[in-house]
Amino acid sequence: MVTIAIRRILALFPVLFVISIVTFLLMHSVPGSPFATEDKPLPPQIKANLDAYYGLDRPLVTQYLSYMGNVLRGDLGPSYLQRNRTVNDIIRQHLPPSAVLGMLALGVALALGVPIGVLSAVKQNTALDYLGMFVAIAGVSVPAMTLGPLLIWGFALELGWLPVARWGTWQQAVLPSITLGLGSAAILARLTRASMLQTIHQDFIRTARSKGLSEQRVITKHALRNALVPVITVIGPLFAALVTGSMVVEQIFAIPGLGRYFVDSVASRDYPVIMGTTLLYAVVLVLSNLVVDLSYNLIDPRMRLEDSA
Amino acid sequence: MTAADRAPRTRIDTPGRRALRQLLKNKPAVISAWLLIALVLVAIFAPQLAPQHYAAGELSANFAKPSARFPLGADFLGRDLLSRLVYGTRISLSVAVLGAFFAFAIGLVYGVVSGYFGGRLDNAMMRVVDILYAFPGLLFIILLMVAFKTGFGGGTIENPVIREIGRFDAKLGGVFLIIVGISLTSWVGMARLTRGMALSLRHSEFITAAKALGASDRRVIGRHLVPAVVGPLLVQVTLSIPSFIATEAFLSFIGIGATPPTPSWGTMIAEGFSSMRSHPHLAIYPGLALALVMLAFNFLGDGLRDALDPHSR
Repeated sequence: MVTIAIRRILALFPVLFVISIVTFLLMHSVPGSPFATEDKPLPPQIKANLDAYYGLDRPLVTQYLSYMGNVLRGDLGPSYLQRNRTVNDIIRQHLPPSAVLGMLALGVALALGVPIGVLSAVKQNTALDYLGMFVAIAGVSVPAMTLGPLLIWGFALELGWLPVARWGTWQQAVLPSITLGLGSAAILARLTRASMLQTIHQDFIRTARSKGLSEQRVITKHALRNALVPVITVIGPLFAALVTGSMVVEQIFAIPGLGRYFVDSVASRDYPVIMGTTLLYAVVLVLSNLVVDLSYNLIDPRMRLEDSA
Repeated sequence: MTAADRAPRTRIDTPGRRALRQLLKNKPAVISAWLLIALVLVAIFAPQLAPQHYAAGELSANFAKPSARFPLGADFLGRDLLSRLVYGTRISLSVAVLGAFFAFAIGLVYGVVSGYFGGRLDNAMMRVVDILYAFPGLLFIILLMVAFKTGFGGGTIENPVIREIGRFDAKLGGVFLIIVGISLTSWVGMARLTRGMALSLRHSEFITAAKALGASDRRVIGRHLVPAVVGPLLVQVTLSIPSFIATEAFLSFIGIGATPPTPSWGTMIAEGFSSMRSHPHLAIYPGLALALVMLAFNFLGDGLRDALDPHSR
C-alpha cells in the first residue's frame, strides 16, 4: 500500500513538469507584449526597460528555470497587470469564493444525485427508474451557460425570490450552487444507480434477505454502504473539477472567484497569473486523481488483494 | 466478386443487426437521431432556411420584439436571432462531427497498435498517454487559443507559421483552432480505452486462431481486432460529443472561441446575457438550442451503449 502510494506520488512529477513546460512555452508564444494595448503601442525604450525589469529579455530557458525555482519556493511571481499585487495575493484573494462555491455545488450534487441513484436502482426498470435516469441524462446535457440564464430569469427576474448576481449572502449563493452542481448531481445519480445495482445482486444481499431482514434494512444497512464506495472515491475529483470548472458560473453570477480572474488574465495576457493558476489547477486535478486510486485501496480491502496479486 | 457475394442474401442475425434492432426500440435514442438528422440538414441549408444573413444588422432595429420580420426578435445590433441560431448549428455540429472523427480515428489507431503489439512499444506509447491524460484538457485548449489567436490587442505575431495559422483560423470564423484543440485532447481517453480492449483480446481464441491460420498482423488487426473494439469506442465517442460542443460554446462564451460576427451559440449567450434584465430571451434561446443538441447526443450515445452492451441496463 505504502509502496503503491509512493510510486504514484513520484509519477506525478514528470506530469507536472510537462504541464509547466507546455504552459510556459504556449504563454511565451502569445503575440504581443503584456504591457502594450492595441491603441497604445509602447515606445521601444520603455518596452525594453519593462522587459529587462521582469526578465523577459533573457533566454527562455533561463526564464523558465528561474520561474520554476521560485515556484518551488512557493513564490508565483508578480502580476504584470496589477503592478502592486503578486500572483500569490491574487490566488489567496480569489480562491476562497471558488472553493466555497465548489463545496456548495458538491453539496447540491450529493443531496440530489445519491437519492435519485438509489431510488432508480431499487425500483429498477419501473417508471420511476426511467424518470430518474431521464432526468440524469438531461442534467448532464444542460450546460451552465443554459441553466444559469434560465434560473436567473425564472427565480430572480420573474419571481424575484433570489438576487440576480454577486457574492456574499446565502441568497446569492443559491442559484450559482445549483447551476454548478446539477451536472455533477446527474453524474452521481448514474454512478450510484450502477453501483447499487451491482451490489444488490450479490450473495451477501441474498443472505441478508433470507435472514428475514426488512427490505428497508437490507437496502440502507447492507447494500447502500457497499454501493457508496465508488461514489465516495469520486468526491475528491468531483470537488476539484467543480472548483476549477466554475469559470462560466462565476462569469454569469459575477462571483469574484479564481475562475473568473483566470479568464480575465487570459484575455489580458498576464503570463504569471495564467501560469500560476494553470499550475494550481493542474496540481489540484492531478492530486485528486491520485486520491481516488489510493482511497479505493483504503476503503475496499478487496482492491488491496488485487494489487498484490 | 465471388459467387458467395452474388448469391441472394439470407437474413442472418448478425450482432450488428441485433444491436440496430435494439437501438430502434429505444424511443429517446430514435427521436434524438431524427432530431440530429434534421439539424444536420438545417446546418447544410442554413443560407436557404435563414430569413437573413447572420451578420446583417439594422442598428435601428436593435432589441426588436418578435415580429414577422424578426420571428424571435433581434439582438443588440439588430440582427435576426432566428437566422443566427440557424447558422449557429453549423458551428456546433461541425465541432461535434470533426471532433468525434479525430477522437475516434486517432484513438483507434493508437490504441490498437499499442495494445496489439504490446511490450516495449506499448509501454512507451502508454507513458505518453498517461502524461497527456493528466494534463487538464480545457486548460490546454484555452492556452492554445490564446497562443494562436490574433486580435488579442497588442503586437503583431513575428513567427510566420503561427501568423498564418491564426489567419486561416480567422477565415473560418475561429472554428479551426477549436477543432484542433478538441482533437488534440480528446483522443487520449479513446486511445486508453481501445488499448485496454485490444490488450485483453490479444490472446483470445479468435485472434490466436486467425494467427494460426497464417493471417498477417495487418489482417488480424483489420479483420478481427478492429471490428471487436469499434462498438464500445463508438459509444464512448458519441457520449463525448456533448463535451466537445460544450467546450466550443464555453470558449466562445468567454470570448476566445468563434470570432464575431460568426454566430456561435456560446457567443450569442454571452452577448444576450449582457441585456439579461430587459431581454432575457436573447440569452435563453441559444442556451436551449445548445442544451437540445447535447441532450440528443447523450440520448443517442446512451441508446447505442444499451444496444451494444445488453448487460448495462
